[in-house]
Amino acid sequence: MEAAKRKPAALKGLYRQAIIESFVKLDPRKMVKNPVMFVVEVVSVLTTALWFQALLGHGEAPAWFIGNITLWLWFTVLFANFAEALAEGRGKAQAESLRKMRKETTAKRIEKSFCIGGGVRPEERCIKVVSSTELRKGDVFLAEAGDLIPSDGEIVEGVASVNESAVTGESAPVIRESGGDRSAVTGGTTVLSDWIIVKVTADPGEGFIDRMIGLVEGAKRKKTPNEIALGILLSGFTIIFLVVCATLLPYSLYSAHSAGTGTPITITVLVALLVCLIPTTIGGLLSAIGIAGMDRMIRRNVIAMSGRAVEAAGDVDVLLLDKTGTITLGNRQAVEFIPAGGIDPVELAEATQLSSLADETPEGRSIVVLAKEKYGLRGETVHASGDHSMHFIPFTAQTRMSGVDIHGSEDTIIRKGAPDAIILYVEGLGNKVSDGVHTAVDKIARSGGTPLVVAKNGRAVGVVHLKDVVKGGIKERFAEMHRMGIKTVMITGDNPVTAAAIAAEAGVDDFLAEATPEAKLKLIREYQAGGRLVAMTGDGTNDAPALAQADVAVAMNTGTQPAREAANMVDLDSNPTKLIEIVEIGKQLLMTRGALTTFSISNDVAKYFAIIPAAFASTYPALGILNFMHLNAAILSAVIFNAIIIVILIPVALKGVKYRPLSAALLLRNNLLIYGVGGLLAPFIGIKLIDMALTAVGLV
Amino acid sequence: MSGQGWIQIGLYFIVLFALIKPLGAYMARVYQGERNFLTPVISPVEKLIYLLAGINAEEEMDWKRYAKVLLVFNFLGFLAVYGLQRFQAHLPLNPAGMSAVSPDSSFNTAMSFITNTNWQGYSGESTMSYLTQMLGLTVQNFLSAATGMAALVALIRGFARHSTKNIGNFWTDMVKTTLYILIPLSLVFSIVLVSQGVVQTFSKPKTATLVQTTKDDKGNTVTEQVIPVGPVASQIAIKQLGTNGGGFFNANSAHPFENPTPLTDFLEMLAILLIPGGLCYTFGVMVGDKRQGWAILAAMTIILVMFLAVTEWAEHQNNPMVARGAAEAGQTVAGLSSAAGLPAGNMEGKEVRFGITNSALWATATTATSNGSVNSMHDSFMPLGGLAPLLLIHLGEVVFGGVGSGLYGMLVFVIIAVFVAGLMVGRTPEYLGKKVEALEMKMASLVILIPVFIILVGTAIAVVTPAGIAGASNPGPHGYSEILYAFSSFGGNNGSAFAGINADTPFYNTAGGIIMYFGRYFIAIPILAIAGNLAGKKKVPVSAGTLPTHTPLFIGWLISVILIVAALSFFPALALGPIVEHLMM
Repeated sequence: MEAAKRKPAALKGLYRQAIIESFVKLDPRKMVKNPVMFVVEVVSVLTTALWFQALLGHGEAPAWFIGNITLWLWFTVLFANFAEALAEGRGKAQAESLRKMRKETTAKRIEKSFCIGGGVRPEERCIKVVSSTELRKGDVFLAEAGDLIPSDGEIVEGVASVNESAVTGESAPVIRESGGDRSAVTGGTTVLSDWIIVKVTADPGEGFIDRMIGLVEGAKRKKTPNEIALGILLSGFTIIFLVVCATLLPYSLYSAHSAGTGTPITITVLVALLVCLIPTTIGGLLSAIGIAGMDRMIRRNVIAMSGRAVEAAGDVDVLLLDKTGTITLGNRQAVEFIPAGGIDPVELAEATQLSSLADETPEGRSIVVLAKEKYGLRGETVHASGDHSMHFIPFTAQTRMSGVDIHGSEDTIIRKGAPDAIILYVEGLGNKVSDGVHTAVDKIARSGGTPLVVAKNGRAVGVVHLKDVVKGGIKERFAEMHRMGIKTVMITGDNPVTAAAIAAEAGVDDFLAEATPEAKLKLIREYQAGGRLVAMTGDGTNDAPALAQADVAVAMNTGTQPAREAANMVDLDSNPTKLIEIVEIGKQLLMTRGALTTFSISNDVAKYFAIIPAAFASTYPALGILNFMHLNAAILSAVIFNAIIIVILIPVALKGVKYRPLSAALLLRNNLLIYGVGGLLAPFIGIKLIDMALTAVGLV
Repeated sequence: MSGQGWIQIGLYFIVLFALIKPLGAYMARVYQGERNFLTPVISPVEKLIYLLAGINAEEEMDWKRYAKVLLVFNFLGFLAVYGLQRFQAHLPLNPAGMSAVSPDSSFNTAMSFITNTNWQGYSGESTMSYLTQMLGLTVQNFLSAATGMAALVALIRGFARHSTKNIGNFWTDMVKTTLYILIPLSLVFSIVLVSQGVVQTFSKPKTATLVQTTKDDKGNTVTEQVIPVGPVASQIAIKQLGTNGGGFFNANSAHPFENPTPLTDFLEMLAILLIPGGLCYTFGVMVGDKRQGWAILAAMTIILVMFLAVTEWAEHQNNPMVARGAAEAGQTVAGLSSAAGLPAGNMEGKEVRFGITNSALWATATTATSNGSVNSMHDSFMPLGGLAPLLLIHLGEVVFGGVGSGLYGMLVFVIIAVFVAGLMVGRTPEYLGKKVEALEMKMASLVILIPVFIILVGTAIAVVTPAGIAGASNPGPHGYSEILYAFSSFGGNNGSAFAGINADTPFYNTAGGIIMYFGRYFIAIPILAIAGNLAGKKKVPVSAGTLPTHTPLFIGWLISVILIVAALSFFPALALGPIVEHLMM
């Protein structure tokens, strides 16, 4: 599904909803989950009471002052709620579109198991039409052309084309069939042709789409380990500042008494100081950052089964990447024609091209293309002459070769195939294969390529070099990974020689050749025993154990149900390269938290310089020298800055801080400069500007 | 500052750093159970102690058992010191016939010495018998220091080990620390001190006939002076080495019998930072990456030098109030000073023998570590000169800090710095291959929170209760500073005093005792919990994605975290004390 298709409903509606939600979230039972903002809410209630007291004429400070502070304290809470609601709202909009397709539907339940089998559609008397909500795990149902598949399941019989665009956004139909790696179907998708019998794998409300809805809505969002750890640190800071502010009252009493002048600090000012000091910026945005992280995954069409998995993605040390589809284009391609001694290269190219004209495999097509590109052969000359009849011989596992018989004025018989098969064929006809061909075959095999020998009229005319083509730009990507400290490991079924050649070309750090599911599992365990976090992608049922073992396991949406169950993320695009993006999103999530925490705490320095001189002006006017910003409404300005900085940083929280693949040392330096030093300086400027604005409008 | 002053400070740091590596390497050998040059002499004694005490040296403890044993052992120490004070009148080695110490003072002193605070509400020479000084106080000087070092070694093992519950054996850590490290160093040091004139005797106080008679406050003529002596050198050595700081005499290291010569002054200052500095190197060796130890030492040294600069600068200023007075009398401060044979600057409360440079250096070192011994009176420092030592205590006693306790406190700051910085590089933060997760953050937050809590709340109670206010000898911000300093000293387990305060009252003795207790064990227990949790974790191998924790950038970040946390926690409190006092001068 592309981002455009998931575009939330009207933005305006989103904001309106978020504003309403910000008030709903004032419910203390919800607020208490966020200790930092809960403290703000409690003290806001306190100052509200003080404001009423002031209105009645018994105030500790002028009513307009307490009223203004109170107003901005409430704004602080509301802004934080708004950030969270906005992040949730974006997920909700997506959940809504998902929910539409989960509408209740009917199911053709098969009541008797003997009705199934023999490759024929079950008889009508076996079928009972029930509501999809009545389906239970283990039930079996029939889905025919035009039917909406009522539940997640595994095909037990039949083959059908299915439109899965509701889940994947990809409108091209996909084939689903029993057995093998394409046997899983998702509830909410539509059968386009034929029929299938499906065994239900999830009870109602627990299906794949239900889980997706739950996750994107954030309803089932659990705090992730790192979020918990950060929450503890923020609570620690909050308690420290509570103590700092609470003890300031007795200190102030003593000071005022001892100096004999001035009045002790007011509760309102203490509350203002407290709220400015506790890490409201990060505290208010923390949950929004987490939700937005999940959201960014969804925007890239990856459904993470838990926030924990997203977080773990940032920690990954080792990426296990399948060669095919991830590192290479997925198909071998012809890259070179090597003619046998005395043969014109053009003749070889032409013969090979002719033999491949009907070959619709990617390899076959690549031969046609190469011949065209290199020698300008279009393969049309043969057809044009008209008096030829061509008979194509398809590849079979027995002969291990394919070719073409051209009947005309002069018969031409061309064969191409695996070297040993062609050599046997040529020698069977009494001809000898030249040493040049043997040498070329050996050389290609050693370089990791696949040689195809071409025979024309019973003589070996040359060799075609088929090669795995490494995707463009992937080498640079791996170099980036390397700089980030992530080890890339290529997994392939190829022999070690071929694997090594491709690994070297793609620039991966390591490879596992002749990989079996067991070998994969063993490799993951070895890395984990060494303390590393491993990420991998997989789609087949035999990948399931390795997926379950890996720390970050991405299943392709086209994969089997067991693979999707074992993974903790599903890629709806079924694009194995996505793993790299997933790692980046994970890192970005943690970086955003770290950056805003640093920013939040650094802000406090300026707030002290604003508030302390103003708070003790009556007792110790000498402290006025600390007010080098020359603020008139210092306390109110600081509180307003503290509130609106949350709003200003909402985009950062939702989009995440800018991520570039750099080494840890450089990342730290850059982020410290931006968020540490920036966090130190920004409030001095911000508070001064707010103070000037307040002065200009005559509030002070 | 004079050229001589610069040379003295330079020499101090050169000698200190020359000694850190050999001592640190030696301590690492001791804790890793490797043979060293003292093994042939000490090993039999060590084995005999294990045999007599029934200790199984091979046994390993998990963190809960380690903590339990540590607490029980320290509690027994508390009972011993308390009992000795209460019954000293009936016990031997009491030539001056000292009577029993009051219950509240005994409680305070016992707590003070087991927690390595060594706050002294009493005057040693007029309160404690020789037996109490030796068997109670000096023994605790060793054991409280060893306790801190044992807890540190347990934490280091938490980093160094993996996939185990065990963090070592408290008993063997204590025995090894005392036998191999503290006793040999103290032995050598006390002999040097004796050679310089520090007294070491069991004889009664000496009586001298006054050359010029005087009158006491009742109007009686006084013709004789009693000069207290005692087993001083043996206590001074460990008092400096073990960051204890509790002097034999009330005047502490300003007293000529504790600190008679410039050489002893230099060596005693050196002893303050020696073991805390050496432990950084020990840490590096034991975790298998010496750069980590040097990085921490660098962070500590940079902070120390920053604060030293402030104190030195402040104390070399002339007191503007003196200047005003001098101007009224038609003179200049420089003129007054040279007439009195004094250098310019603030000489109030300082020993003429040591001068400003060495007094400020001592004040910085003694508060950076949780030593608390003094060779000048901090109460008389300039406001900013007094602010620096006070803030050093507020940093959490992690700049060198107490033996063991300083480094373990510092490691908690490292954990917090690593946590935030680690997030900023996009990985679950890790330090030395150990992931920093919820439990570490919980315990680290406690370690940061508890000193802030007890210092601020203690001070708050004192400034609004008559008993608390009565202790301060000055009004206004300075009196407030005295109270804040006292509670900071309790909470930080420092033990130095702003001198102006009269703390030998039931209020201060009780409050101080309780706060010292929390300040010590409510830090040590979370530290051991971290140690236990870390030991159980796997070690993550280092890659380019790992945050390097030995670079100048990280050292700078660590320093910022320490300074910002302390500044944010204590700025309002300090603003009403030293800062406003400075601004009002």
